[in-house]
Amino acid sequence: MSVIELDGLRKEFTVRVKAGRLRREKRTVTAVDGIDLRVERGELLGYIGPNGAGKSTTLKMLTGVLTPSAGRARVCGLRPVADRTRLALRIGVVFGQRSQLWWDLPLADSFDLLRHLYRVPAAAHAARLRRCRDLLDLDDFLATPVRQLSLGQRMRGELTAALLHDPQVLFLDEPTIGLDVVSRQAVRGFLAELGRTGDTTLVLTTHDLADIERLCARLVVVDHGRVVHDGTIAALHARYGSRRLVVADLDAPLAVPPRPAGAALHRVEADGHRLVYALESAGVAEVVSALAGLAALRDLSIVEPDIEDVVARLYRSPAPDPRRPS
Amino acid sequence: MAGLRKEGNGVGSVTATAAPSTSANVTRWFRTFGAISRAGFRRYSTYRQAALAGAVTNTVFGFLHCAVLLAAAGSGTVGGYDRPRLATFVWMGQGLLAVVLLWGWTDLADRIRTGDVAADLLRPVHPVTSYLATDLGRAGYAALARLLPPVLVGPLFFDVYLPSRWPTVGLFVVSVVTAVVLCFGCRFLVNAAAYWWQDARGPVLLWTLGSGVLAGLYFPLRFLPDWLQLVLWFGTPFPSLMQTPLDVLVERDPPAVQVGLVALQLGWAVLVLAACRLVQRRAERRLVVQGG
Amino acid sequence: MTAADRPARPGGTFGAYRALLGAQARAQTTYRASFLLDLVGNVGATVFDVVTVLVIYGVTRELGGFTLRETLVMVGLSSSAFAVADLLVGNIERLPTHVRTGLFDAVLLRPLGALPQLLLMNLPLRKVSRGLFGVGVLVVALTSAGIDWTPARVALAVVAPLAGVVFFGSLFVATATVSFWWVDSGELANSVTYGGRDFTTYPATVFDGWFRAAFAYGLGFAFVSYQPALALLGRADPLGLPSWAGWAAPGVALVAVAVAAAAWRTGIRHYRSTGS
Repeated sequence: MSVIELDGLRKEFTVRVKAGRLRREKRTVTAVDGIDLRVERGELLGYIGPNGAGKSTTLKMLTGVLTPSAGRARVCGLRPVADRTRLALRIGVVFGQRSQLWWDLPLADSFDLLRHLYRVPAAAHAARLRRCRDLLDLDDFLATPVRQLSLGQRMRGELTAALLHDPQVLFLDEPTIGLDVVSRQAVRGFLAELGRTGDTTLVLTTHDLADIERLCARLVVVDHGRVVHDGTIAALHARYGSRRLVVADLDAPLAVPPRPAGAALHRVEADGHRLVYALESAGVAEVVSALAGLAALRDLSIVEPDIEDVVARLYRSPAPDPRRPS
Repeated sequence: MAGLRKEGNGVGSVTATAAPSTSANVTRWFRTFGAISRAGFRRYSTYRQAALAGAVTNTVFGFLHCAVLLAAAGSGTVGGYDRPRLATFVWMGQGLLAVVLLWGWTDLADRIRTGDVAADLLRPVHPVTSYLATDLGRAGYAALARLLPPVLVGPLFFDVYLPSRWPTVGLFVVSVVTAVVLCFGCRFLVNAAAYWWQDARGPVLLWTLGSGVLAGLYFPLRFLPDWLQLVLWFGTPFPSLMQTPLDVLVERDPPAVQVGLVALQLGWAVLVLAACRLVQRRAERRLVVQGG
Repeated sequence: MTAADRPARPGGTFGAYRALLGAQARAQTTYRASFLLDLVGNVGATVFDVVTVLVIYGVTRELGGFTLRETLVMVGLSSSAFAVADLLVGNIERLPTHVRTGLFDAVLLRPLGALPQLLLMNLPLRKVSRGLFGVGVLVVALTSAGIDWTPARVALAVVAPLAGVVFFGSLFVATATVSFWWVDSGELANSVTYGGRDFTTYPATVFDGWFRAAFAYGLGFAFVSYQPALALLGRADPLGLPSWAGWAAPGVALVAVAVAAAAWRTGIRHYRSTGS
C-alpha cells in the first residue's frame, strides 16, 4: 500500500467576479484538475509549480483541511477529511505562512502542549525533542515566546513541532520561504538528514529549486492544476531538452553581440565583458566560431543545465498534455 | 516600543520645522484635510459586505428597541415622547450608531502598540487633524451605507415623527456633525491611553460599557430623574453623542432648548478636541524624551 | 488500527483538552490587573441590561401586560442563560477572524475536534463574572416574584435556564458558521444572538406581527424565557399557547443543537482555506 494515493483528485472553487458596477458573476475556477499520484513510504517528493498551480490546495486536501470536489485521496490508508483527527496523529505539517505554535507562549510550552494534544508518551517526546534541539540549535530560544522569534527561529520551531509525534508523512509547504541563508541551510540539512535516516515520507512544495535539488529524488511538476512531469530530475532534463550554457569572457565588450543560429543570447554580464549563450540546436563550436571573428576570447566555460531554467521553460510553455505517471 | 523611541527624534525635528500658518497655508490645510477625508471615505467603502451585514443588524435592533419603547408608551406618551417620536428616536438612533461610531475603533491604540504610530508622527499633518479627517470620511460613508437602511426601513413598519419646524433640519445636521467630531475626540482620548500603558484595553472596555447606555442608545435619557439628566448633560460628553441629535430631530423641546443643547454639544467638542491635542503633545514629548 | 492510533495514556483526549485549557488560563491571567478589569467590565454589560429594564419600568407600570416582578423572571432566565452560553461558546463569534487569518487551518491539522479546540483556545475566563451575575439576577427574580412553588416548578426553574444555555450556545455556533460562506459577515450574527437576548429579556407580548412570529416561534426564543416564566408564575399565555409550552424549552434546545451541528458540519465541508 502506498502512503499517499490520489486518483483523479479535483478541487473547484466558485468565485464571484465583478461584472459591471453592481453585478457579480459566479465563475468556477478549477484549482486542482484531476491529479493521480502514488507516493511510497520513505520517498522524498518535491511538488513544484508556479503560483496558482494548485500546490497548496492539493496539500490542504491531503491533510484534511479542504474537502475535494471529486476524486479519491488516501493518506496512510485514511480518508483525509472523514478521518481528519486520526490522520492528524500520523502526519506532520509545516505551512510556511501559517503557524502551528502558540503565539503568546514560550516555544518550550508549545512543545509541551503538543505532547498532550498528540498524546505522546513523555519519554518518546523527550528523546525526539532532544534530537531536534541538537540538529536545529533550538536551545537559545526555547524560553522565548513565539511572537518574538525571528522567522528562521520560528521555522525551526515549526519543524520540531511537526515531528514530535513521529509522523509517517511530513508535509512541508514552502518551508524555506523568507528565510536567511543560514536558516535555509539549517532547514535543508535537517530535512536531508531526516530523509536519509528515517522512513518518514516527505512531501515538499517550494519555490526554491535548490531545496528540491538538494533533497528530492522525485519531482512532480504541476501547472494549471495538472501534473505535467513526474520523475527524476534527470528525466526532466532529458525530456525537456535542457539547454547547456556557453559562457564567454571577452577582452572588450561588443557593440552588437553575434546571434549564431541555434543558440540564444541568454544574458549579457559585466558591462558586455561576459556573454552567456544557451544552446538549442547549435553546438559549442558554432558559438565559438561566431564570436572568434569579432572579439578576443579570454575564457570560455560550459555550464550544465540548471533545474531552474528547465522549470521556467516548462511554465512558459502552453499547458502541455497531462502526462500520467506509469 | 523600541521602534517608537527610535523614531522619537524624528518627531521633534518635524514639529520644530513646521512653518507658521498664513492664509495660503490655511487653504492648503483645508485641501489636505479634504484629501485625507476622501481617502477615509474610500478606505471604508471597500468594506461593503460588512456594511451590509451591519445595516441588517441595526435594522433588527431597531425592531426590538422600537417595540419595547412603544409598549412602555402604551397609547400615551412616555418621558415626553409620543409614539411617533419614539419610533423616530429608535430608528434614527440605530442609523446614527455607526455614523458616530461609538464602538469598535481601536486604530490609534493598535498603531501605538505595534509602533506604526511613529509613521503618523513623521507626517507634516498634526496626528489629531489627520485622524479626525479620516474619521469624517468614514462617517460620510457610514451616513450612506449604515444610516440610510434603518432610517428607510423603520417608517415602513412604524409611524414616525417628521420635524415640523424647518430650522430643525439644519440644527440636526450641525448636531450630527458635532456628535461625530466629539465622539472621535473621545475615542482618540481613550485610545491614547496606549501611549502610556502600551495597551488601551481597559479604557476601551469602560468606554464601550458606558457610552452605549449613557449616550441614550438603550433608552432615552429623558426617562431618568431630572437631577441625573443635568449631571449627565453638563458633567459628561455622553448625551451629546446621540441623545442630543435625536432630541433635536424629534423636537422634544422648544427651539431655544434645542439650540442650547447643540451649543452645549459644541462646547464639549471643542473641549475634547483641545484635550486630544494636549494629550498628543504630552505623548510626543514623552516619546522624544525617551528616544533621546 | 485504533489501538495503534491512540497510545493508551491516562487522560487521553480529555487530557489533551485539559492541557489546552490550562495554557489558555495561564495566558489570560498573566496580566492580573487587566484580567481584574476585564472581570469588572464584563459584569457591567449585564448590569446595564438589567438597569435598562428597571429604567423602563420607572416610566411605565406595565409592559405588554406584565409587571416588573414578572418581567424580571424573564430577565433572569434570559441573562443567566445568555451569559453562561456566552462564557462557554460565545467566543466562536471570532471564527471569521480565524478563517481570515488562516488560524483555522492550524486547528484542522491537530488531532482533536475543531469546535472544542476553538472554544477552549479562547475560553474567555473574564466572562465568568457575567455568568455569575446572570445567575444572581435569576435567583433574586425567582425569590421575589411570589411564585407558588411546587416540585414541578422547582424542576423547571433548574431545567429552563440550562436549556437556555444550550439554546443560546447552539445559536452562537450556528450563526458563526455563516462565516464559512461569507467571511465578511461581520456583526450579522449579533442580530440573532444579542438580538435574541434582547428579545428574551421582555415578554413576547411586547412585540407583534410577523416580527414576533419570526423571533418567538420561528427561531424559538419564546421558549427560552417567556413560556417558562409563564409556567413558573402560573399565568396563562395571552398569546394562546397551552400551558405545557412552558416545558418545551429542553425540546427546543435539542432541536437547536441538531441544527447547529448540521450547520457546523456543512460549514466545514464548505470551508475554503484562504491564501494560495
